[in-house]
Amino acid sequence: MSINTKIVDDFVANGIEFVTTVPCKQLAGVIDEVEAREEIYHIPSNKEDEGMGLCAGAFMGGKRPAIIMQNTAIGVTVNTLVTLTQYYRMPLPMLISYRGELREPVACQVEMAVHTKALLNQLNIPTYHFHKESDADELDTILKYTFMCNKPVAILTDASFWGGYGDQ
Amino acid sequence: MIRSEVLREIAPILRDHLVVCNIGLPSQELHMIDDQPSNFYMLGTMGLSSSIGLGVALAQDKTVISIDGDGSVLTNFGTLPTIANNVADNFILLIVDNGSYGSTGDQPTYAGKKTSLAAVAKACGCENVIECQDKDTGGVLQQAIDSKKMTVIVCKCDSGNIKLPVITMDPVVIRDRFMKSVQA
Repeated sequence: MSINTKIVDDFVANGIEFVTTVPCKQLAGVIDEVEAREEIYHIPSNKEDEGMGLCAGAFMGGKRPAIIMQNTAIGVTVNTLVTLTQYYRMPLPMLISYRGELREPVACQVEMAVHTKALLNQLNIPTYHFHKESDADELDTILKYTFMCNKPVAILTDASFWGGYGDQ
Repeated sequence: MIRSEVLREIAPILRDHLVVCNIGLPSQELHMIDDQPSNFYMLGTMGLSSSIGLGVALAQDKTVISIDGDGSVLTNFGTLPTIANNVADNFILLIVDNGSYGSTGDQPTYAGKKTSLAAVAKACGCENVIECQDKDTGGVLQQAIDSKKMTVIVCKCDSGNIKLPVITMDPVVIRDRFMKSVQA
């Protein structure tokens, strides 16, 4: 089974029916898989804070949401995470591509990578880091934890997890 | 008419539906005029009323009305293409367009100058866009509800505010009673 299928299987098994995405090269496969699943309503967002608004609405409407985005989005969404998702105590699994880590070819991505965990820590957001493919074995438990505690939870997935960038 | 007068006039229509209300004075005014458990008051996060409302509408069947402002739509312009391309016929976006950032002291917005939010919504692909004058809002809103077609209403009104207290209700209480109204 591909890692993309495994991730989306875990989403579906945990009742996630509403997924918003802002693309990243590393996430292309998992976004395709989300789009392909009949159990999931896939709604692409133009910006990640917009996506978090959609997810908040879907949750209050009775559907379990998730967002798929790049770690640069943490810089965009601090206010939304704090004054909407956390303030109203809503669950939000965030599958995040962790750009700017080992094997990153684009130097500018490192500038946000060095702040990513510090920002998540400052926001008291439970954070998990997938580095090897087997780390995804915990995804099912992380999703259950997210909907148990009604918090945003970050799952950082780095380039090594996704198999690097081609020939590098 | 100023925004609070428009809200007072449409309150009898709003009370039968799920309402997501924009941050600041619009929420405070609606809370004072006709507090309902089916009202979701935004206490923070400028710009996301339309996104939250669309999410609620896509997740269930009851009619959802997002009350937004021209300044807030300008803040989250990306919402209009998302709305246009994810049609929820139980969703109405009511933009109260007074051409100013009311909650922060009535600074003028671009929507009160050259920019037409109705034209932008149409260009984004929204199929039912109605621009109306403040006094006609009730009729236009009721028609949009009855049409069962996703509709964007741009209500042109005067800028101006009334003095009123902030909402002190706990956010989790606001969310919980709103969710119970969804399930009722």
